[in-house]
This record gives sequence, structure tokens and C-alpha cells, in this order.
Amino acid sequence: MIDRKHQSRSAKPGPADAPRPDDEARLRQQAIGVGLRQMFDQVVNEPVPDEFLDILRSADLRRKEAGE
Amino acid sequence: MSGPESSATPPPAVKPAGARTPSEDADFKRELVGLIPHLRAFARSLCGDPTAADDLAQDAMLKAWDARASFQIGTNMKAWTFMILRNQFYSEKRRSWRQSQLDQDVAERTLLAVDDPEAPIALDELRLALRSLPDEQREALVLVGAGGFAYEEAAEICNCAVGTVKSRVSRARRAVQAALISGGYERDGGAAGDAMGSILSDAERLSGVR
Repeated sequence: MIDRKHQSRSAKPGPADAPRPDDEARLRQQAIGVGLRQMFDQVVNEPVPDEFLDILRSADLRRKEAGE
Repeated sequence: MSGPESSATPPPAVKPAGARTPSEDADFKRELVGLIPHLRAFARSLCGDPTAADDLAQDAMLKAWDARASFQIGTNMKAWTFMILRNQFYSEKRRSWRQSQLDQDVAERTLLAVDDPEAPIALDELRLALRSLPDEQREALVLVGAGGFAYEEAAEICNCAVGTVKSRVSRARRAVQAALISGGYERDGGAAGDAMGSILSDAERLSGVR
């Protein structure tokens, strides 16, 4: 009975365009978080330009030639 | 506390800075290579323009390599390299990655005007909103919100107090949210709030996939 009461309360159709301000803010922040990670991961998932590895390789070579 | 006598034996995971063996150098190099994609992403978030960002990331990578003897093995190398990249960004204000900022904004606005007004736009809007933030707020939000760093780590990277990072992140979040809702940027006939709507639907779609 109590469950039912709760259910009917939460299932009450609220105005879809106006969620509670707290929920709305939370949803928006969640969305921003998802967007931020997406933006960041887009770049992380790009193939690394060869230049990076070339630069590192020649730096490593210089170290070896310097003799250790 | 009857802790172990630590004056003679350093903690096992952390090796003090100093000369490295070739095999330690090789390990360092491998880990550094693995971090390149993250350095590129962080650099892009700092300076916007992809080419300038790659210049910055390359400089930071090389700096990290040259400074490898001062890296404490066993500590967080990602945070360490991000710190180097960030210092590089702020210390060379006159470099191209700084100057290209304005041009990039213009380019992005132009893109917005002709682009499809669907999902990809949302990220562009977010990008623009990020661009409008002060550097300190943007980097804090990116490190914590996208880079996966804890507040404490972000504070170390940014060389400031944990509380400062927290307040920067929360100010940045509010500002981004406000910018996305008001649609403070010129859009081609797009109603205010569209950007937020498409980001929200994006978020729903993504969380459905997970």
C-alpha cells in the first residue's frame, strides 16, 4: 500500500518542460561532464602524429651517442 | 609508532631522482609515449588551435624526456608531465599557441554558422564556452572534469591549494552552464538553449550505451 502510494506520487506526470531546479542543474552539470570527457577523449583517440615519436627517437639517439 | 627505520631505505616504489640505467630510461620512454595522446588533449584544451597545441605538447614531451632524471619513479607520471606542459604554456606567453587564440575563435564561429545544427554542434558550443573562461578556471575544469584527476592531483599540477582548485572548478561549471543556456554566442537562427538541449540528449544517448 505504502509502496503504491509512493509509486503513484513519483509517477505523477510532472511538467516536462520544467523539472525541479535542483534536478535540472544536476542534469546540466552531468551533461557538461559528459561533453568535457567526450571532447578530451576525441583528441586522446586521434592517432599520434609521427613527428612526436621521431622527436623522441632522435632525443634518445643523442643520449646514446653522448655515450653512457 | 614502530615504523621501519627509513633513513637508510627509501620507500620501495619511489626511487629518488638521479642517474638512470638504460632499462629505466627505456621504461620511462615507453610510459612517456603512452602519455602523448593525453598531453595532446590537455594542450588542445589549453590553446585551442590543434597545430599550436601539438607544438606545445611536443615541447612538453621533450622537456619531460630531458628532465627524466628528476622524475621520481613510482609517482604519477601523467600528473608530472601535465605539470611540465602547463608550465611551458604559461612561461612562453608570446609563442604561437597563444597568438592563435583569437583566430581560432573566429574560425569556430564561422564553422558554427555553416555546420549542421545537430549533435556535433553541442561540442563546438562547449568548446566556445570553455574558451570564454579564464585560463585558470578552464584548466581546472579540464583536469578534473575530463582528465580524470582528483582535486589533490589537479592542485599539484596547477601549483595551488586544493580549495582553490575546487572553487575554480565550481565557478567554471557555473559559467559554462550559463553560457550554454543563454547561448551567448551568435548562432545561425538557433534558439537559446539549443546547445544545452543537444548536449543533454547526447548525455542521455551515451548513458544509455553504457
